[in-house]
Amino acid sequence: MSKLNSLAISDNGFIFKPSTGESFTTNEIGLMIINLLKEGKSADEIISVITEEFDIDAISAGRDLYEYLDFLKREKMLD
Amino acid sequence: MNKRIYERPLLRKVVEGIPNKFGSLKRLRPISTIDNVEIDSLIEEYGSPVFVLSEKTIRDTYKNAYRAFSTRYPKVQFAWSYKTNYLDAVCRIFHQEGAWAEVVSGFEYEKAIDNNIPGNKIIFNGPDKSEEDLVKAINNKSLIHIDHFDELYMILSLMDQLKERPQVAIRVNMDTGIIPQWDRFGFNYENGEAWNAINRILSSKKMDFIGLHVHIGTYITISKPYAVAIEKLAALANKTYNRFQKSIGYIDVGGGFASQNTLQGAYMPATDTTPSFDDYAHAITTAMTAADFPNNETPMLILETGRALIDDAGWLAGTIMANKRLADGRRSMVIDAGVNLMFTSFWYDYEIYPVHESSYQSEPTTIYGPLCMNIDIVRKNIDFPMLNKGDHFVIKRVGAYTMTQWMQFITYRPNIVLIDQNEKVHLIRKQENKEVFRRQELVPDYLQN
Ligand SMILES: Cc1ncc(COP(=O)(O)O)c(C=O)c1O
Repeated sequence: MSKLNSLAISDNGFIFKPSTGESFTTNEIGLMIINLLKEGKSADEIISVITEEFDIDAISAGRDLYEYLDFLKREKMLD
Repeated sequence: MNKRIYERPLLRKVVEGIPNKFGSLKRLRPISTIDNVEIDSLIEEYGSPVFVLSEKTIRDTYKNAYRAFSTRYPKVQFAWSYKTNYLDAVCRIFHQEGAWAEVVSGFEYEKAIDNNIPGNKIIFNGPDKSEEDLVKAINNKSLIHIDHFDELYMILSLMDQLKERPQVAIRVNMDTGIIPQWDRFGFNYENGEAWNAINRILSSKKMDFIGLHVHIGTYITISKPYAVAIEKLAALANKTYNRFQKSIGYIDVGGGFASQNTLQGAYMPATDTTPSFDDYAHAITTAMTAADFPNNETPMLILETGRALIDDAGWLAGTIMANKRLADGRRSMVIDAGVNLMFTSFWYDYEIYPVHESSYQSEPTTIYGPLCMNIDIVRKNIDFPMLNKGDHFVIKRVGAYTMTQWMQFITYRPNIVLIDQNEKVHLIRKQENKEVFRRQELVPDYLQN
């Protein structure tokens, strides 16, 4: 999780990566996932938070979550 | 408990450099009704995808075009270009509004007759007229627009089968500054071929030479070439009068007005650049009035406008089948309508909308059709909100050349419905099914079992 902690993240979803100078934007759910990851939550825990709050089933939420995690890894923001 | 609308998590790298060429991204507003009819209910009743035509839009567009010309010139006649959309219901709406028929094949000719158009209000264009077509059309007193010398000589050779004097015009091609020059149709102006054809027609004394026709191309976004064409046709009309003391009854300037669909690669959206009917009408009627026609006569002005009269009235509603990431991380979406139904997506950047609000975030997306072909791309790159499988979309301005150029590949062609002026929905072309194909195919005996 250390990598995520090194990012500067604003409340409106703007992400700055000091190590490379790159910027990213994410949406509300993306921001929520990053915060849950920082708290050390597992994928399953994150999925249940999402399905409780939003109108979505666990399979679809999981599919989207793993795709999102994949992105974070590809951009080297997550191990 | 009311849960909040879900939207897929999204991460997007901020790329510096050239901003989007249309400035900041605008949020795509959903379109959920057509003429107050719910798109969801249309899909539920008529299946997905489904073509939807608005009778109100057809009539409003026609009236607007007719007004633009008829308030500027005394004798104006539209002839509905069948190839653009030859569904009988559509043709009949245009005919009710006063349009004649413009056809380019025996098939289209038969359709016009079945739509109760009198023979002398059918313009028969194009290089594809068989002997049989010609005899029928001439005996119906239809307006034959001769395309080439072989056709001219064929008519002369048919004289003993004819009960009526052929009513003929010639199609003329010319340099109007438009590239490409459509010189494969008709007789050329600059090299004297058109004048030769007129001489041949009038010296035969067997036909009535009634008009001059030009169709300079399609999706012409400037009006000047029409004025150039009219000047050249007027010169031919004068030459004809001076030699034969015959004046022609009409100038037919063909079709070609652009619709508001944006061509791929265009810098600006067509909604900002396409001339209005008033712009075209101004240029064309000014040229007609300025041209010195023989004897101070005012020939009738015929227009064969296709695309610009019907594009706006057509919609295609359908369903998202899948979301996918491409190998390079780009987002793509598969929808249930592809280039089989939208042949025209090869050159247009169609406007596609979600039917419902689903997400506030959009992402550059490639939209694919359902065919197993790499070229089945409906939009190469569009900023599109994140829709989920099963959500509905609607494509705008698909009235022209889709329902005639569509192909039956892999799957059946869908239902087409018309929303009438009272917002009542009518099925006007049935979806195909296996029986349609069974009827057409024959299996030789030795392959029966
Ligand atoms: C002879 C003729 N008239 C009219 C049209 C209709 O043209 P548009 O749809 O560009 O108005 C065409 C289309 O190619 C045509 O060939």
